[in-house]
Amino acid sequence: MAKPFLSIERLTQQFPDGAGGTLTVFENSTFGVEKGEFVCILGHSGCGKSTIMNILAGLAEPTSGVVKMDGMHVSGPSLDRGVVFQNYSLLPWLSALKNVTFGVAARHKDWSKKQVEDHARQYLAMVGLEGDVVHRKPSQLSGGMRQRVSIARAFANQPKLLLLDEPFGALDALTRGTIQDELIKVWSQTEQTVFMITHDIDEAILLADRILLMTNGPFARVAESVEITIPRPRNRTEIVEHPNYYAIRNHLVQFLGQRSLELAGQKSDQDDQSPQSVVIDKTKDDTDPEPAPALQAVVNE
Amino acid sequence: MFANLDARSTLLSVAIFVVGLLIWHAATHVPDTGPIGVQLSQEQRDTLLAANMSGEDIDTYAAEGVAYAQLEQIANLGLSRAMIEAAGGIRALGISVPDENSAPAPGSLFPSPALIGKELWATITDPFYVNGTNDMGFGIQMGYSLLRVVIGYTLAAAVAIPLGFLIGMSPLFFRALDPYIQVLKPISPLAWMPIALFTIGDSELSSLFVIFICSLWPMLTNTAFGVANVRSDWVNVARTHELGSMRTALTVILPAAAPTIITGMRISIGIAWLVIVAAEMLVGGTGIGYVVWNEWNGLRLDRMIVAILFIGVVGMLLDAAFARLQRAVAYSE
Ligand SMILES: Nc1ncnc2c1ncn2[C@@H]1O[C@H](COP(=O)(O)OP(=O)(O)OP(=O)(O)O)[C@@H](O)[C@H]1O
Ligand SMILES: [Mg+2]
Repeated sequence: MAKPFLSIERLTQQFPDGAGGTLTVFENSTFGVEKGEFVCILGHSGCGKSTIMNILAGLAEPTSGVVKMDGMHVSGPSLDRGVVFQNYSLLPWLSALKNVTFGVAARHKDWSKKQVEDHARQYLAMVGLEGDVVHRKPSQLSGGMRQRVSIARAFANQPKLLLLDEPFGALDALTRGTIQDELIKVWSQTEQTVFMITHDIDEAILLADRILLMTNGPFARVAESVEITIPRPRNRTEIVEHPNYYAIRNHLVQFLGQRSLELAGQKSDQDDQSPQSVVIDKTKDDTDPEPAPALQAVVNE
Repeated sequence: MFANLDARSTLLSVAIFVVGLLIWHAATHVPDTGPIGVQLSQEQRDTLLAANMSGEDIDTYAAEGVAYAQLEQIANLGLSRAMIEAAGGIRALGISVPDENSAPAPGSLFPSPALIGKELWATITDPFYVNGTNDMGFGIQMGYSLLRVVIGYTLAAAVAIPLGFLIGMSPLFFRALDPYIQVLKPISPLAWMPIALFTIGDSELSSLFVIFICSLWPMLTNTAFGVANVRSDWVNVARTHELGSMRTALTVILPAAAPTIITGMRISIGIAWLVIVAAEMLVGGTGIGYVVWNEWNGLRLDRMIVAILFIGVVGMLLDAAFARLQRAVAYSE
């Protein structure tokens, strides 16, 4: 089997636990992400999602294991991996526009000022920020607007991989919906590979091609990889009517509510901890005579 | 009526100023009757006359400042003025009489507001005259002081800000240099002066050194603190954009730490201005601090007070300039 675009191999992260011992957040975790794929990772608070993302971004070094992108070893941050941080991380002394040109200028050092600004404005417009608002400082923007700027900054750099850490965590449901739509719009236009952390099951189903499920820590692992068998373009009001929607949703809820706990704390015994592939497709299962529960796991590997 | 806070505070300020002037005026006002004469009541005068003292004697001695109790003694002894002069004068009797060497009545030497006003006007209208080394316009003297402050302060900033960056960005340097900073920081400016005079020798360079060393610490510690406390998220933004350490320092850390750094610079300029006056008093020669000392020695208290006033005003202007700068670099999260 060919190596995926992004491959995480036997990744282990340990921290001092503060009482003299070590805390193993995850051990020998192995998974991959294909080019152009939109992957969401779901898991309980503290299981190590941000830790994984910081390693993917190159902002942190794992205790052991490697991350490869396009066959190249990831070490240190790079413009090829754009990050949208949980708390937006806009530079508060710069206007919205300047925050985006900051990134664009870093990527395209040979561009003229005008080129940089036009490019930045184009991406700000994609997330619905046009006109005078772009000259406002982050402190003068609403939380939703800030997050849009942050997304525009990341997309404007056209990184090979886009990493989003709970980008909508601090937003109200209405704003969240709008920006999710904008994110999908920008993503479908740019065909970037996206790796996104979220707490929100519905958000994950709406956005993702595939959802990675993490068990609780310590010794957390990516236990399952659930394919979202709902065709695009998806629409938040229509997907609930798709036959797969509730099947997938129930599976996710059941995992997070129950099995993430049951599977927690299992040591790896030196094995690669690859996730089980799960495909739930009721449109094909209809012919299946088995009166199985609504969810059915199909193990590939 | 005065709903506006600005208007009310201005009014209060003016009121305090006026009241202060009035008190000052009252305390320094010298009555025209002369500084040393004694005023006798009609009753006292009658008593002395009744004791056979001549009216002329009473007036003469009273004008010289001999108190009533003493006049009464003289009258009771039946001494006439001719007899007293023959005996060697009123002091020969053991009676103390104020003369020009005696301590003046309180307030009589301290310049009145009117005098200060006059001197102030003279200074403002002609700040740059030169009548020899000890008599130059305050404008020129202020120029000397400001020049020293600017040179010493700029050197301090040139050292403190880069060094502060280094300390703030590197835990190694922070730990290594912290003990020295902690010990050197609290040393009084005036304690540096003898060391400087001894090691450097030249008094001009010594005052520059003292300005330098005293304005160094607030800038150094504030820069280090500001740089060390830049939110790691912002540094991560720089890292994910592959900015080199120089560009990160200039485009992310500097603007992020700027408010803290400018606060340090503002504290430092205040200290530098305090120190220059003290240093010039010690070193002498030129500068507004020397003026204060020189006028005090010449007992020109009016000029001394005007010089002090100017020190306050220039200090205020320096501070205001940095307050402006502070507002310019401030940001809200
Ligand atoms: N620098 C660190 N030192 C020690 N322990 C750490 C460090 N960073 C993270 N941890 C621990 O690692 C575990 C995983 O943290 P992480 O931030 O990755 O969780 P998370 O899945 O992102 O949680 P959340 O959903 O709340 O953001 C936690 O138990 C945390 O206490
Ligand atoms: Mg997290």
